[in-house]
Amino acid sequence: MNRNRFGYFAKEGISSIFNHGFMSFASIGVIVACLIIMGSFTLLSLNVSAMIEKWESENQMLAFVDETLSDDQAKALESKIEEIPNVADAIFVSRDQALSQYLSKYNDNDLFKDIDSKVLRHRYIVYLKDISMMKDTMQQVDDIVGIANVSAHIEISEGFTTVSRIVATVSIIIIVVLLIVSMFIMSNTIKLATFDRREEIAIMKMVGATNGFIRWPFVFEGLILGLLGALIAFLAQWGLYALLTVEITKSSKINVIEVLPFGRLALPLLGIFIFTGFVVGIGGSLTVIRKYLKV
Amino acid sequence: MVRMTNVCKAYENGTKALRGINATIEDGEFVFLVGPSGSGKSTIIKILTGEIAPTLGEISINGYDLNSIKPSQMPYLRRTLGVVFQDFRLIDKKNVYDNVAFAMRAVGASSKDIKRRVPYVLELVGLDTKTRRKPNELSGGEQQRVAIARALVNNPRLIIADEPTGNLDPARSLEIMMLLERINKLGTTVLVVTHEKELVNRFSKRVIAIDGGRVISDGMDGYYNYES
Repeated sequence: MNRNRFGYFAKEGISSIFNHGFMSFASIGVIVACLIIMGSFTLLSLNVSAMIEKWESENQMLAFVDETLSDDQAKALESKIEEIPNVADAIFVSRDQALSQYLSKYNDNDLFKDIDSKVLRHRYIVYLKDISMMKDTMQQVDDIVGIANVSAHIEISEGFTTVSRIVATVSIIIIVVLLIVSMFIMSNTIKLATFDRREEIAIMKMVGATNGFIRWPFVFEGLILGLLGALIAFLAQWGLYALLTVEITKSSKINVIEVLPFGRLALPLLGIFIFTGFVVGIGGSLTVIRKYLKV
Repeated sequence: MVRMTNVCKAYENGTKALRGINATIEDGEFVFLVGPSGSGKSTIIKILTGEIAPTLGEISINGYDLNSIKPSQMPYLRRTLGVVFQDFRLIDKKNVYDNVAFAMRAVGASSKDIKRRVPYVLELVGLDTKTRRKPNELSGGEQQRVAIARALVNNPRLIIADEPTGNLDPARSLEIMMLLERINKLGTTVLVVTHEKELVNRFSKRVIAIDGGRVISDGMDGYYNYES
């Protein structure tokens, strides 16, 4: 496409946006609304994932060593535990360390000061890579000769996994639905613009314009509307997120929730918005114009 | 050149619009295609402009074989044609100049060519002083002149005028016909579809008369001898 033609297509696309001012405004509004809802779910999903990831990294199993094993034999189990694929790390905690941790919980209460460390077992704190596989990993650790038993909060890990899956699934469904809705509305806007210009299109066809030549101004129109909607939605999303972050931080009840800083999410979110605006804008215009080109 | 050999057209509802049309129009000719309503005139125009395909028969226009033409080639065939309609079909929001320039832009002409060609064509049709007017500020005859300028601007080999005087009074109709005759003298083939007997008989041109989808007369005597 040469510069002369590019300028003509862009000019035609832009003038069509102004000629159909209300519909253009309406389609930008709908794109913005859909993208903000879509973006909110994306941000929610990312925050929940980050939170779950954090909780996952803190989630651990305790593998108790058989008390008949010597100290050296107990320490030698570390490499065997770490050989299990889902184990991220295994930290040895001796009886004495375990006792001092226990006592520290009770502020060295005199009641417990005579406890002998022998009543406790050596143990390993086992960190996992993926807590959704906790049950299997627990069994694998338990099967190691020298491990007496394993303790883990299976129900918590399963809870994390379920929440994570629900958030991801709901987000994907909503994102897809909104994408289709945006495309449909964009198509209708372009359809109106095209209907208004069907005579013009017929004349263009009659004088020998190629389909590509007729199509380009509509593609530009869709593209500009889509990208403008994406940009406005991004700025609005930024403002809303910043507002929400301040409110959560200020609140004494929900400030335990750690909100990811917008700076970390801005680029991927802008990318998603621009891509969606691009797809919705161009996709919407191309699907409609095809019908009018069959002359 | 236009060559139609045994052209038939039956619509999906069963109407047989054309029943074996045979006609040849040589380059540089001025031809009237006449006939009453429902005779098949519009169907011939639609076939010639590639809007619809014939059911049977062979057609070639300006070197393009309509029986085997690919859809991607259709725009290039249309660039060899200039079509003028009874209802002008101008774009209301564009002025005279832009209505004509639009046809050149649509075929990818450069700005330089548009600036050179459009004023020339507007002068040819006598509208060089009204280039900034919108169609609704012009008379019917002037609007038809704009439509002729638009048909002419891409330098077509054949101009097809479909009832070009249908919406005009007799004086304006004569002016338009004289303009088309002038364009023909400059070398463009002209095919005028009409049912205005008096107008046709004022010009000594070839007249092809059709009725019931058949050619019923084809004479060079310039006489519209069919009673509609």
